[in-house]
Order: sequence, then structure tokens, then C-alpha cells
Amino acid sequence: MGSKWVLNSERCKGCDLCTSVCPVDIVYLSDTMNRKGYRTVQVTDEEKCISCGFCAMMCPDVAIEVYRPEKEAKK
Amino acid sequence: MDQDLQLVKGNEAVAEAAARAGCRYFFGYPITPQNELPAYMSWRLPELGGVYLQAESEVAAINMVYGAAGAGVRVMTSSSSPGISLKQEGISYLAGSELPCVIVNMVRGGPGLGSIQPAQSDYFQATKGGGHGDYRMVVLGPSDLQELVDLTYESFNIADRYRNPVMILGDGIMGQMMEPVRFPELLDPQTLPVKEWATTGRGGKRKENNLINSLYLDAEACWEHNQKLGEKYRQMKENETRWEILYEDAEFYFAAYGTTARIVKKALESLRQRGYSVGLVRPISLWPFPDQAFASLAEKARGYVVVEMSMGQMVEDVRLAVGSELPVEFIGTAGGVMPHPSDISDKMETLIREVGGHK
Amino acid sequence: MKAVFTRPQALSDQATHYCPGCLHGIAHRLVAEALDELDLTERAVGVASVGCSVFTYNYFDCDFQQAAHGRAPAVATGIKRARPDSIVFTYQGDGDLASIGAAEAMHAASRGEKITVIFINNAIYGMTGGQMAPTTLEGQRTTTSPSGRDVSLTGHPLRMSEMLQGLPGVAYLARVSCHDVKHIRQAKQSVQKAFEVQREGLGFAMVELLSNCPTNWGMTPGESLKWLEENMIPYYPIGELKTPEAVTDHGE
Repeated sequence: MGSKWVLNSERCKGCDLCTSVCPVDIVYLSDTMNRKGYRTVQVTDEEKCISCGFCAMMCPDVAIEVYRPEKEAKK
Repeated sequence: MDQDLQLVKGNEAVAEAAARAGCRYFFGYPITPQNELPAYMSWRLPELGGVYLQAESEVAAINMVYGAAGAGVRVMTSSSSPGISLKQEGISYLAGSELPCVIVNMVRGGPGLGSIQPAQSDYFQATKGGGHGDYRMVVLGPSDLQELVDLTYESFNIADRYRNPVMILGDGIMGQMMEPVRFPELLDPQTLPVKEWATTGRGGKRKENNLINSLYLDAEACWEHNQKLGEKYRQMKENETRWEILYEDAEFYFAAYGTTARIVKKALESLRQRGYSVGLVRPISLWPFPDQAFASLAEKARGYVVVEMSMGQMVEDVRLAVGSELPVEFIGTAGGVMPHPSDISDKMETLIREVGGHK
Repeated sequence: MKAVFTRPQALSDQATHYCPGCLHGIAHRLVAEALDELDLTERAVGVASVGCSVFTYNYFDCDFQQAAHGRAPAVATGIKRARPDSIVFTYQGDGDLASIGAAEAMHAASRGEKITVIFINNAIYGMTGGQMAPTTLEGQRTTTSPSGRDVSLTGHPLRMSEMLQGLPGVAYLARVSCHDVKHIRQAKQSVQKAFEVQREGLGFAMVELLSNCPTNWGMTPGESLKWLEENMIPYYPIGELKTPEAVTDHGE
């Protein structure tokens, strides 16, 4: 199963705008730097991600892609 | 019928000649003494399926020309001195972005608001570059309406050949006077070669995007671009220089272009009738300046009188071409006043006397 | 996995040079999404202006022309008149459109040029280092209004959308903001409508996007969005100032 939240870390500029709009508050500014020396964002627990895409919409650098699982397999 | 002579006013002759050259887009602004040109275009271009648009200013007009030229069509604008000053930045952009177009300046007395009568006081602006940066433009100075028609028609070919703006330098008299002229056949712009570089939208026909741009933030790239333009200007110098010499065997010569050259011819005839050995060098391309015309007379010429409707501008180029051994005198009137043949012939007689030339 | 949010195709694959948190990036994306969703990219010809967005032509995957400062609407006029089937848009900052290019914007609108103007208003000159612009707010400090803009000296901030609203040639006019997700959604709709209006040939369309300048406002990106909301929106009210009936609302 692919991931719901994909970051192109080289495009992130550590502007921190996406972290404030996540409804489940899982996006945060990490200490991992990209080649340009920007701190990049990460998600604490991708499981909690509800694929709303708010973080991606708030990103000025189109660094985030968001996916939603097709259909939960019926248990 | 097209081949027949038609009595036409200069400003309208330019407009019709442009239409015959396949120009279908005109962006302009009212300013005396060229108003009949846009007025003519305002009915002629729509008649041919083209667009005439009066802009809010000459600044806007030249930038509309930029857009249309970048979209790959034959396009022109016309104005007079103050309006041409407003277009200078745009002209620099047109040259920097390598865009073909034709710009007509019916020069009037300056500086500032000046007058509306004829003058040649925009020579420096036209030939040395009134805008910023090292750019050049072929500048053509016709002296009668047939030549005005022919050069206007040819200017569109020159513009396309080099992807560069071309200027027609007329003056208030030329725009206002009427003379019989013959117009070339009407050219259908669809028959012109497609400009692959134009921004037409990819239209699903090409992969790469076209870009019209003169921004090179990297100095090396800008230097390289300047060298590329420089090579183009060298070719223009080689192929587009035009001039005429009357009485090539004379000892003394006038140098004059445009309307002034016609007045000088009057003075010339009267001097020759009185036995003086006098000729005329008439630059037709003001840039590239015809240095070689003066070089070809180096052995025989003993002196020059340059005549302009200005305080003396082309005279500097004549002095550069002739060098310092020979006297290069100047006589001119500015502000819209035209020099009189008798003053012109007196000036030449004085020179001949001083140099010791015989009658 | 079903894609909820991916990179629009009309954006080129080039990282932008904009400062971290600058909303230019979002405005670019909204334009690219409109071109994608209306399938107009093959017909598109953009006109870049002079300012921070001077490199816009590097960030879109379509034909482009670079205009002199303030002259983009005139350049766009020339393109559209020569190629009426193309979709022509300008992308301009407030220095470009509201200052040196105000006459070009005004007259393109008055003529009803069938072009789409994307006008980014961040109340300052960004590229040149933070000078006062016609849109700078009263009391706002910039490098050329060091003790805060004094309207008795420089006049009041210019509301370009309201200025153009009364012109019959204007078919669509909206002021939007990108300072939060809700407003970005509204902005996306307005940008799309501004292109639909052009596609239908209804007349001049402009979207004024309120934006920020963390660097020259001297704030963090987050603070700049808060400042925008609290200071710019009261003076530059959000909303659709003019909408032709033919362009209906898109229920999301």
C-alpha cells in the first residue's frame, strides 16, 4: 500500500506554513536538512493522516503530494 | 491597376506600402505630423482582416507591437519625435528579444514639445540608439515618396531577415506632401514563411515552449547574447548599407539625406550650371552609415558641405568617414525651418574659394 | 491509492527562487491548476512582468513573453489581437500593475481585452528590497517609508480592483487571498473563472490575489499570513466584484 503523504524534500524551504493547517496535527518541522540547508517537514504518524490535502494546498513550493487509500479492505 | 501611378500623401503612402508588404497589425497613437498614417490604417487593415488599435500611449503602443511581433505577425507603429522618445525603452526590448517590426518616425522640430514642421534632429536618437544597451536598428532615410514606399515595403523583409526592428526616418514634409507613386503588389501574409520561434501557444504541434525574452541575469549569458547580436549587426552593416552619389567625378560634395537632399539638388544644379565641380553623397541607410561611399571618393574629393535640418548630427558621421584631412563644413536649420538652396550654394562657394578650387 | 493532491502539469518541473513562505508559489499553482483543469495549456501564452515574479516563464510549461516593467497588459493585447485563439494571461505584482503599469492595466480593462490578468498584491516592492508601493498600507514601514507610510505625503493605498470595477469592458473581477486553506479554495475558483471568461471571450478578467512578503515585511511566513489577514483584508476586501452570469459557481 503506497503512502498517503509524500514529500519532495529538496523542494521544501522549511517555511512551516503546512504544519499549522493539518487538522490532525501530524506535520512538523524536523531537523533533517535538505541539500539547500532548509529544515524539512515530516509527519509524526502517517496512519493518522486523513488525506485532506490541506498541507499540500498551503505549500508554496508544491513539495507535498497527498493520496487517499482506494477502499479499505472489508474486514 | 496596381501598377499605375497614384497621387498619394506621404503618411498614407507609408500605410499602403506596409499593407502591401503583408503587415496586418498596427498599434499607434495620435501625434502631428503623422496622423494620416494611423487614420489610413484604421480602415485599411480591418478591410484586409487585420487589426488597427489606438493605444493609450506610445509606451503602450510599442509594447503591443512587441507582443504581436513575438506572436509572429508583421506589425508596425508610427509616431513623431516626442512619441518616438517614449518608445525608446520598448525598442531596446524589441532588439534585445530579437523581434521584427517596423517603426516610422515622421520627425518634427525639437527638443521638448518643439514644433510640428519637418526636421532631422532625431538622427542621433535613431542611429546611435535612443534606448539603453548596445543595440542597433537599420534606419532608412527616403527622400521622395516612391522611395518611401519602396523602403517601407522592403523594411518588413529586412526586419524578418534579421529578427530586428527597422526604422523609417521621414519628416513632417514627407508625411504631408503628395507625389505620384506606384505600389508593389498586395502580399498575402499567409504566403510568408511561418515564424517557428513565435509564441502562438504550442497548439499540440510542438513539445518545447517558445519564449520571447531579453532577460539574462547571468552576466556571462548576457555577454554571450550581446556578442550574438553584434554578429547580426555586422551582417546588417555588410548587406543593408544603401546610398546614392550624384556626379561621382566632382571635386566637392554635398552630403545630405531625406527631404534635405532634394533641396540640396536644387543648389547643386545651380552651382553646376555656373561651372562648379560639385556632387552629392546621399545616404539612404542612415544606419548602417555608408562609410564606403565617402571612401570611394577619397582620391578625388577636396571637401564636403553637410546639410541637415538639425543643428548638425549626421555631420559627425561624415567627419568620421572622411577623416581629418578634408574640410567637412556644415550648414543647417532646425526647429522646422527648411534650409534655402541659395544659402546652401553660398556655403559651398565659400568652401571652394577657401580651398582654392577653380570654377 | 487515489491522488488527492499532485503537482499540476502546467507547472514546469523547476524549483522556484521565491523566499520560503512566499505565496507567489501558491498563486503560480492556482494558475497552473486552472490551465490543467480547463485544458488550455496548449493554447496558453503567458506574459511575465518585472518583479519577484520576473522568472515566471521558467515556472510554467507553456509559451511565454517577458514584458517590460508595467507593460504586460499591452504586450498581452498585442499577442491576443494577433492570435485571438490563444489564451493569454499576464502575471504581475503590485509595483508592476498598480504603479508603473496602471495605465496599461486600466486601458486593457477599458478596451475589454479578452485576456486574464493575475495581479499579486503584497503591498510592497519585493525584488528590489522592500520599497513602498502604491498598495503599501498607511503606517506600513518599508525602506522608502521608514517611519511608516504617511498618506498626507504619499496618498492612500491604491485599490486597483475597485478602480477597474466600473469599466464596462471588465467581465470578471475578484479579489482573493491565499493566507489560509479556505481562502486558497476560493482563490482557485476565481482564477479558474478568470480563465473561463477568456475562453468564452466575454471580456477582460482580473484576479487580485492578496499575498505576503516575509522577507521585506520582516516576519516569519506564519506571522506574515496573520498580518495579511488582520491588516490587508480590512483595506482590500475579499470578494467577487464582477461576475458575468455565463460563469456559474462550481460547487466543490
